[in-house]
Order: sequence, then structure tokens, then C-alpha cells
Amino acid sequence: MKKELLVAALSRSRASFSKGWYKFSRNPLSVLGLIILFSVILTAIFAPYISPYPEHAGAFTNFRESGLPPSLTHFFGTDSVGRDIFSRVIFGYRFSLVLAVVVLSLAMPSGIILGLIAGYYRRRWIEIVIMRITDIFLAVPPLVLALAITVMLSPNLFNQMMAISLMWWPWYCRLVYSLTTSLRHEYFVREAELTGASKAHILLREILPNCVAPVLTKMTLDAGFVITVGASLSFIGLGVQPPRPGLGTMVADGAKRLPAEWWMAVFPALAIVIVILSFNLVGDGLRDMFAVEEV
Amino acid sequence: MAKYIISRLLQSLFVLFGLSLLIFFIARVMPGDPARVALGSLATHEQVQNFREEMHLDKPFPVQYYFWLRSLLRGDLGKSLYTRRPVTTDLKAYIPATLELILISFIMSLVIGQVTGVLAGYFRNSWFDGLSRLISYIGVATPAFAVAIFFLLFFTYTLNLAPAVGRLSLAAVPPPRITGFFILDSVIAGKFGTALEGLKHIFLPAASLAVANIAQEGRITRTSIAENLQKDYVIAHTVYGIPRWSILFKYLLRPSLIPTVSVMGLAFAYQLSNAFLVELVFMWPGFSRYAVTVMLNKDLNAIVAVVLVIGVAFFLVNVIVDIVVSFLDPRIRLQRTGG
Repeated sequence: MKKELLVAALSRSRASFSKGWYKFSRNPLSVLGLIILFSVILTAIFAPYISPYPEHAGAFTNFRESGLPPSLTHFFGTDSVGRDIFSRVIFGYRFSLVLAVVVLSLAMPSGIILGLIAGYYRRRWIEIVIMRITDIFLAVPPLVLALAITVMLSPNLFNQMMAISLMWWPWYCRLVYSLTTSLRHEYFVREAELTGASKAHILLREILPNCVAPVLTKMTLDAGFVITVGASLSFIGLGVQPPRPGLGTMVADGAKRLPAEWWMAVFPALAIVIVILSFNLVGDGLRDMFAVEEV
Repeated sequence: MAKYIISRLLQSLFVLFGLSLLIFFIARVMPGDPARVALGSLATHEQVQNFREEMHLDKPFPVQYYFWLRSLLRGDLGKSLYTRRPVTTDLKAYIPATLELILISFIMSLVIGQVTGVLAGYFRNSWFDGLSRLISYIGVATPAFAVAIFFLLFFTYTLNLAPAVGRLSLAAVPPPRITGFFILDSVIAGKFGTALEGLKHIFLPAASLAVANIAQEGRITRTSIAENLQKDYVIAHTVYGIPRWSILFKYLLRPSLIPTVSVMGLAFAYQLSNAFLVELVFMWPGFSRYAVTVMLNKDLNAIVAVVLVIGVAFFLVNVIVDIVVSFLDPRIRLQRTGG
């Protein structure tokens, strides 16, 4: 009996998966985005094996090969101290992706839980406290406060992550809050309340599953946005510290050598565009798949 | 409407109060001695001590905040530790340059975004639609500093069309200050050569700021034009024999503007924060570059002021957006006045 149930559940989930994939794959751009995203992630994970000059990711100098234009030995050319830019871009992806993962895995759960609580306890003091604090954080663009906080904490990758995470939870809080307020009076929630289900059960098992689609879509789109903010902070000099390769830092260094040695800024900049673009394309595909309106 | 604005005002006062408390707190509890940073390592112990007393840095946090709030009510934001001038003087000097930049880029993004959006929505699924979609994807995905660098490389170094840095070339004399907007001031003073010079200089930074907004507005307008084209009133207009272009740009634009204007508050915020990067690349002597400089120098008073100015600006834009939307959409207007 149990086995049959399991099989039925499996085939149901397989059916819904293939239906979802059908909707997702109807847009070839989303599929392209997914392919690029996977390649970027794999490249970043296996950076030491894939990059042609892994030792160039650190404090390496070879002035005889400095400022070489793109060629077959150095796809993206070399920088002002002779390091292979292609290798550094691959290692730079690591920092960007780690940033996105850390920020989202810190900001998303806290934002979701606060949003659930505020949305469920509508018109109580706890809603007022949570949502007014959210308003305060949303009163300025995230880059500005993240910048201020990173500077105060002393600039490095870890503090950058903390600062961006601190700026990011309010977006999830507000999204989940608005979803929860509309779900709060649905019959299935009422029923759970009447049967005496615990608050944790109602919030996490009844309401939360209905927030998954918009949250997941927002998360994908946000990953690109977090990387943008991170790269922007690094561009100002507040991210990954040299000699480690941050994509934004590389663009900033290269910008000083425009226009003659254009490759030093252009290729890291293009690398940033590609990763953000692929996140956005996948996010759009998810939005179509879940038929999500807000976010 | 008035009631609505007053309630928004009260709400925002609370938010700004909270924001000031937050940023003040962050600025004061962080490690490092701001007085020592401001005076440099050569200052004597006594000098540092005097400075600390002068800035109330020796008092506990709530007392410091009280002093700060009291002087804020007198319109005094304290002294910048970096420029050694009152922060309000600095702000007055730098804000117009950024405002000019954002206004020009705002106009650019509105015009180009609307036109491409309308055309793409009308010629759905044509090559134009596909191309504008592709470009808008790339435009949204490219950080402002990368756009700035690509533009610099293309327009300045390859085509030699626009100057690379500053608001005017070094030899030019800035116009007498009336509004602080160089282009407007030059026109008022009758110096059209300087105005043209200013326009040339502002073109690239403004365009770099506009790209992301153009992409977004174009996409939103396209969707809403495509939606509205199916409506009965458009078919009725067509049957009456009203020319196609007139339907598109006169009758359809207004309802299609509503979603575009609604996101404009957010768009403005992004333009303001992107100005942080664009002003760095083009060495634009504006508010955002000032903001980055004071932040990097841990200039306490100036940082609090800068963040508050951005908060106020963001709030004002959102109120304006709400008012404009309610004029564009009679349904919202009537709902609010209870009609």
C-alpha cells in the first residue's frame, strides 16, 4: 500500500516536473540562460583545473609578459603585472557566486520568516514593528547603505557579504508579507486554525509552500542583482582585496589603462554581464513557468 | 489627496528618523577612532581630545544623537571631517551637478524607452521587437560602471565624439551660478557655446545612467501596449478612421504610461545609486562622487547627511510618482478621495 502511494507521488512529481520543464523550455532564451549559468557554475567550481594559469589568481608577477593583448596563449590578454586575465576571470566568478549564495542564504530565510510572522499577525504590534523596520531599510537603495556599512566595517569580502545580506532581507520580508496577508484568510488556513494546528505548522506547512514560486523566481533574479551590487562595491574598491581577483576590482584596475590596453577592463566587464544575464534569463523562464505576477 | 499626502509625510518622517538612527548608530559603534582618523596620525593627544569634545564624541551614544538631532532642526548637519566645511555647504555645492545628470538621463530614458516600447509593442514578434528585447536583456544585465566603460571606449576613444571627463573642458569658464545646472545657467547667461559644451560633457554619463532604465521602461511599455491594443476602444478608434500613429502615441500612450510611471520611483533610486559608479568613471564632480569620497574617508557627519539626503529624495520622488499616477489613472484618484 505504502509503496503504491510512493509510486503515485513520484509519477505525479515527475509529471509536474515535465510540465514545468515544457513551460520553461518554450522560451529558448531561458534554456540558453540555464546552459550558460551551469557552465559558469561548473567553471567556477573547477577553476583550479580549468584555468590555464591557476597560479595567476594570486600575487603572481611576470613583468616580461605584462600588458599582452588577447592571443591564443592568453585568451583575454594579460594585466599590468603579467597575469593571465582569463584565469583571473574564472577565479573571479568564484567570489561572485559565493557572494550570491551567502547573501541569499542569509537574507532569504530571515526575510521569509519575518514576512510570514508580520503577515499572519496583521494589525498587531509585531506586524507594525517588523514592517516599519523593513520600511527603514527600503528607504535608500541597497548599494548606498551596503557601501556605508562595508566602509565602516573595513572593506573585505566577508564584510561585503554581511553588509549586502543586511540590506537584502527586507525585500523578501515585504514579498512574503504581501503574499501572507492575502493567503491568511483562505479556507485551508482557517481549517488548520480550527483543527488546532500550531502556529509553526500554519506558517511553515500551510502558508509557506504557497510562497515558494514567487520567492524562487525572485531569488534567481536577485542572484544577478546581488552580483551587480557586489561587483559595484568591488569596483569602488570595497570587495575582494588584491591580489585576489574580484571581477569589479579587475574592471576598476583596467579602467585606468583605457583605451590602449582595453582588454584589461572589457573582458572582466563582459564576464560580469554574462553571469547576470544568465541569471535574469533563467529567472524570466521561472516566472513564465510558475506564472508569477508579482516579484 | 491632501489627506493622503499628509499621512505619507508622517509615515516618511518616521522612516527618516529611523534611518538616521540606524546610520548614526552604525557610524558611531564601529571600530576605529573617528577623531584620530580625521586629524591624522601627526595630531597630538590634546588636539584629538579637544576635537572629540567639540564633536561630542566623548559623550554616550544617546547624548550624541540628541545633539545631532538638535542641530539638524536648526538646519545644521555638522562639519565634514574630510573637507572641513559645513556639510550643508558641501551638499549645496555638489547636489546640482548630480541632479542635472539624473534629470537629463531621466528624460533620455523616458523618451527612448517609450518610443521603443510603443514600437516593439505595436510590431510584436517582428525583427524590431526581437532586437529591442535582446538589447533590453543586455541593458538590464550590465552594471552601470560597465556601461560607462563600454561607452567611454566606443564614443570617446573610438569615434572621438564626446569628451571623457568632467562637466566642462578645463579651459572653459563655468557660467555664473544661478541654479547650479551648468547647461541651464549658460543659457540664462546667454553663453550658448558653454551650454553646448556642457551638453557634450553630460551626454555620456547621462546615457550610461539611462541604459538600464531604457531597457526596463521599454519592456514594461511594450507589454502594456500589446495588452491595450486588444481593447475594444482601440478597435473603435480604428473603425472611426483615426490614424494609426495617433492612436498609438495619443490614445494608447496614456494608459500604457501608468505601469511605467509606477516603477519610476524605484528607477530613480537605482539611477541615484548607479550615479555613484558613473560619476567615478567620468570624474563628474557631483553629489554621488562626494558621497563615495566621504564614505571612504569615514567622514561621520557627511555620511549620515548623504544617506539622509538620498532617503529624502527617494521619498519625494515616490510621492510625485503617486500623484502623477493618480492623475493618469482616474480610478485611483477617485478611490483615494472616496468618490
